[in-house]
Order: sequence, then structure tokens, then C-alpha cells
Amino acid sequence: MSFFDDFLAKWREYRKPGYYERFDYAWTMTIDLDRCTGCEACVTACQAENNIPILGEAELAKGREMQWMRIERYWEGEYPDVKLRFIPMLCQHCDAAPCETVCPVSATYHNQDGLNAQVYNRCIGTRSCAVYCPYDVRYFNYTDHQWDKPLDEQLNPDVTVREKGVMEKCTFCIQRIRQAKDSAKDDGRRRVRDGEVQPACVQSCPAEALVFGDRQDPESRVSSMMDNARAYRVLEELNTLPSVVYLKKVDGNAG
Amino acid sequence: MQAKSSPISYADVNNDIVRSLVVTGPKYYITLAAAISLTLICYFFPWFYQLYYGIGAAGMNHPQVWGTYLASFIFWIGLSHSGTLLSCVLHLTNSAWRKAMYRSAEAMTLFSLMVAASMVAVHLGRPWFIHWSLPYPNQMEMWPNFRSPLLFDVMAITTYLTGSSIFIYMGSIPDFAAVRDRTTGWRHYMYRLLSLGWRGTDTEWHRLGWAYTFLAVLIIPLAVSVHSIVSWDFALSVVPALHLTIFAPYFVVGAIYSGTAGIVTVMFVLRKYMKFEKYITELHFDNLGKLLLALSLLWTYINMLEVFTGWYSGESAELEALEYKLFGKYGPLYWEMILFCAVTPLLCMFKRFRTSFVPMLILSIAINIGMYTERFLIVGTSLSRKYLPDAWNSLYVPSVVELSILAGSVALFCTLFLIFVKIFPSVSIYEVKETLPAPEKGSPQWQATQ
Repeated sequence: MSFFDDFLAKWREYRKPGYYERFDYAWTMTIDLDRCTGCEACVTACQAENNIPILGEAELAKGREMQWMRIERYWEGEYPDVKLRFIPMLCQHCDAAPCETVCPVSATYHNQDGLNAQVYNRCIGTRSCAVYCPYDVRYFNYTDHQWDKPLDEQLNPDVTVREKGVMEKCTFCIQRIRQAKDSAKDDGRRRVRDGEVQPACVQSCPAEALVFGDRQDPESRVSSMMDNARAYRVLEELNTLPSVVYLKKVDGNAG
Repeated sequence: MQAKSSPISYADVNNDIVRSLVVTGPKYYITLAAAISLTLICYFFPWFYQLYYGIGAAGMNHPQVWGTYLASFIFWIGLSHSGTLLSCVLHLTNSAWRKAMYRSAEAMTLFSLMVAASMVAVHLGRPWFIHWSLPYPNQMEMWPNFRSPLLFDVMAITTYLTGSSIFIYMGSIPDFAAVRDRTTGWRHYMYRLLSLGWRGTDTEWHRLGWAYTFLAVLIIPLAVSVHSIVSWDFALSVVPALHLTIFAPYFVVGAIYSGTAGIVTVMFVLRKYMKFEKYITELHFDNLGKLLLALSLLWTYINMLEVFTGWYSGESAELEALEYKLFGKYGPLYWEMILFCAVTPLLCMFKRFRTSFVPMLILSIAINIGMYTERFLIVGTSLSRKYLPDAWNSLYVPSVVELSILAGSVALFCTLFLIFVKIFPSVSIYEVKETLPAPEKGSPQWQATQ
């Protein structure tokens, strides 16, 4: 019985709220929709940083997409009284991620930084994680991709080029996080300083709508951004505990 | 029941069934050649192309990452459900009418399970790593993810495959021995191996009967669990219209339903082309028809519940998914399914319908078309109506490769079945004899058995 008791004890601990807070970091992104202009700089930066292939017309016509960061557009109202609303959508790095439980080979798992990591080498392509993801932010490599010259020269050497049959998604630029952690270690520091690491999308946002940091650190910018009456998480009612916090648009006319 | 109407003797049974194994006409060879070439052309070539090109050869797209491959997987698993399960239930309830049909029904289970397992490989993005989903000690020190419903699936299906293979093999041992004693040459050697030295002593019969009943009791809950677990692949998600508690019974009933219809189809073909008219009679079709009627009513009831609970929840995502399923672009498919699976099977209320062979064949095929549609709709309509409306734009249409593989999987099943009917006695020799009156001592029939 001791094995079972042990298992149960671990299970209860794992199910306790705040379990993930005890990890090294709790990387979080806040997206201020009041600042976002929908310019798609983040989308482009992400594509350049993470070796995201350009699918081309034929694939898009089949309804296939490959953009870890996308700007969702919603039209509100009837013409002529019409409003365009948009919201950047990326992997929410849920702390209770449905995609992690369903992968039969644990190719997607929760790492020590509270990130929802994807191991391309382990992925066998069941695509069940994309089905389970309520945010539709997982993208599948339906074919092998190629980069026409000279685009192949600008591939990021820190990021893998994914082969066909593998699922991929936003990593919060894990290569940058790893680099920042390494240099912090080299300097003899225990932790990465606030603002030392930025994903490509955050770095490129001209309006500074995107803020990235560690929510375990109460002094960090992201913590102060989260402490806002406008803060909300997308599809919070599904209890996936996302790590991306949105700040509601300030709009006098909004209902 | 059969004994009263038919004058079959013990010797007839032996001769008829051994004849089905030994005497092979040109028709059989032509059919087999056609089935094998269709399997190669429609199943393996497109699959190899897909392995080379990537899953992109299929029509799946961004929110619609699951398609006909998974629908076919559920369909074949479902088809596998009636054979062994029905055979077990009827064995435990001592139904004599089971005896002439159970062997081929169980074979149907086995082969549709194999086809289903192959559909998993076709479905995967990188099927060359499919062994990673098995728990085996390895130098990566990695286990599969035991929380995953897909892993439950792997476990359930391998268990069911093992269980039903043992069940069909064990039930065939006395028949292998009977065939062994009536064949010569390589067949004799093959059946000598297969019959495991069966002599037909009292002890042997006693042990066989005991073990057979034991396995039958074991397999019934197993079969129910297998399709429940398949349903959890969907129901354990948070996707609207999939996240339903009704899914497990829904899938199990659907599986038994399509499996029973599959048995009717197989029975018709066997009766017609293997000349088993004496053994597979109107009685069997009558009983199977009653079963189909009961199952269709149950299936309709659960289907109504599924729609009702979705509607009653009042949740906007759930309502949207429901509306898309019933009246969206795939709407006509939904109503086709209702027509084939809920309306036309009501014809089974009439005894004249149940006992006419060709209408029953058409009905059974229509039911399975409807059931395939059901599985396609489960996979096809829910994923394109998830929570974020931004991903709602694309319509999933199966590609030529997918449709070809779907047709090829039927050919693969036929190939396996055609090989089966020449190796296994497709009607149980000893159990059919149990339903016949024993020959009187001293009669010519009696002498023939000595």
C-alpha cells in the first residue's frame, strides 16, 4: 500500500493551487489591449526568431497555418456602425494544460520554469494536443518546409528546424530564456534580473503592449501589470490557468 | 431449432465445412487477387506516398487536425465490437443460434481490430516512432504518458486483440483436429500443428468448455471498456460537443450497433458464396434483425440525449458547435446519418423484412455507412467549432489520398477475411453438431462417424 499512499500524497500536492509557483520561475506575459495597435510586428519578429516556415498560397488555401503568434480580428456591430477588435493570440503556457495530459509520449510537458515545453524529437504526431488546446495555438508540420535562397541564410542557429509530422507552438523564446539563465549563472547570480530576457514579440512591440517577466518576483514589471483591474485571462472558466494575462481595452462605448 | 427443420447429418457438417477449406474455385482466386491488388493500390501506395510527403497529403488543416483516419479508426474498432462480444454473450446465455455464425463473427472482430490498429499508424505524423507509445524499458529512460487517454487506448486495444485472438483460436481447436483428420499433404501438417494434439477425450472437452466460458466472461467487460476508452480520446478534452459524459455509452452502443450490422453483411456473403445455406438460415437473420432494431432504438435515444444535453446547457460554445453539426456545412451528412441509423432500421419491426436476405444486406450496409458518417461528424464538426471564432474559417474536405486509404482499408479487411476462410473452418463444426440430433446407433450415419 505504501506505493499507493505515496502516489496519492504526490497527487494531492500536485493538485494544490500554487503548485507551479514553487518552480524556479513563473514566466508570464501581459498584453495590454489598450496599447496594442494590431501592427503584427510581433508576428513577424516571432517568425524570424523561431525559424517559422512560410507556407505559401497553396497551403493557406487548404486552411493550414503556421504562426505561433497571431492577431485575431473580430468585427463588432453592423455597418456603418462597425468596430474592429483584435487580440494577439499565442500559446498561453497554461499551468493546467489540457495538451500536456493527452500526449501519449509526453512530448509536451511542464518544465521547471513553468513553461509548457514541446520536445520536437519526442513528438510522434498524434495531433491530439492541438485538439485538446482550447486556444488553437498549436501548429502542425504537415510537410517538410524549405527556405528559398537567401532566406536559408537567416535561420536562427539557436532554434531547431522542425521536420514533417511534428507539432510546434510558441515557446516564449525558450532559447533566450536559457541564454539569460546561463549568463546569470556565469555572473554568479541566482536569478535572472527583471527585463533581462524578452521574447522576440515583446522586444519588437513598438507600443510596448507586451510585457514579459517572472510573476514570482513581486517587484517585476509583469507583476505590477497583472495587478490591474483590467487584467483577465482568456477562457478562464476552463480552469487551464494560463500564463498570459490580457489587460482589457479601455473603451467608453464598450458594453 | 435448426435440427427440426433440416435433415443435416454429422457427416454432412464435416464434409461441407472441410469442402469450404479444401475445394477452391477460380472465383475465390479472382476475388482474392482483386482484394490484394486493391489493398496495394488503394491502401499501401497512397500511404507510402504520405510517409514520403508528410500528413499534408491528407486534407487536414489548422483547427481540423484530426480527419478521416481517426474516423476510420473508430469505425473499425466499432465494427470489431460485435463479433466477439456477441459471441460471448450468446455463449453465456446458451443461445443455440449463435453456433453457426460465431466463428466468422469473431474473425470479423480480429481483422477489423487489425485494420483499426493500422489506421493509427496511418494517422500518426511520424509513425516510425509508434513504439514510443508502448511502455518498454529503454535507454532514454522514458515511459509513455500514463495520464493520456491515447495511451489507455493502446493498452485497451492490445488487450482486446490478445483476448479475442485467444478466444477464437481456442474455440477452433476441436475443429482444427477434425480438419486434420480429413486432409492430407501440407494442410494435414498445418492443422496438426494448429490443433495442438487434440484427441477429443472427455478431459479435453471438459477443460476446453471451462476455459472457453472463463474467457467469455473475461471478454465481455473488456469489450465494453475498449470502446469507452476510445470515447475518452474525445470526452476527456475540453472541446465543446466532445466533452460529454454520455460519450462512453454512446460509443459502446454505436460500436455494437455497427458491429451487428457488419455481422449481417458477412453472414450474407458467407451464406451466398461459401454455400452455407443449410447452416446460416432465416432464423439467424431474424434474430440479428431483432437485435439491430433494439440497438437502433437505443442508439437513437442516446443520440437525442447528446443533442438535448448540449442544447440544455445553454453554453454559447456548446450551442454553436451543435448548430454547426445539425445545420452547418456538414448538416446534410448529419441527416443522412439519422436516416440510415435511426429511421430505416425501423423496418426490422416486420418479420418479413428480417427474414428476407437481400433487404437485410442493404440495410446492414446502409447502417454502416451511417455509422461511418457518425464518426466522421464527431471528428469533423467539433474541431472546427472550438472556443475562439478566429479559427472557424476553414472547411475540412478529405483528400484523394484519404478517401483512397479509406477504400483500401475495406480491401485490406476483405483480404484478411478471404485468407481466413481458407484456414479456419468459418462455421464451427463441433458446435453445429451439438444442435443436431445424434445419429442412431447402427444407422449408416452412425457407421460413418466410426
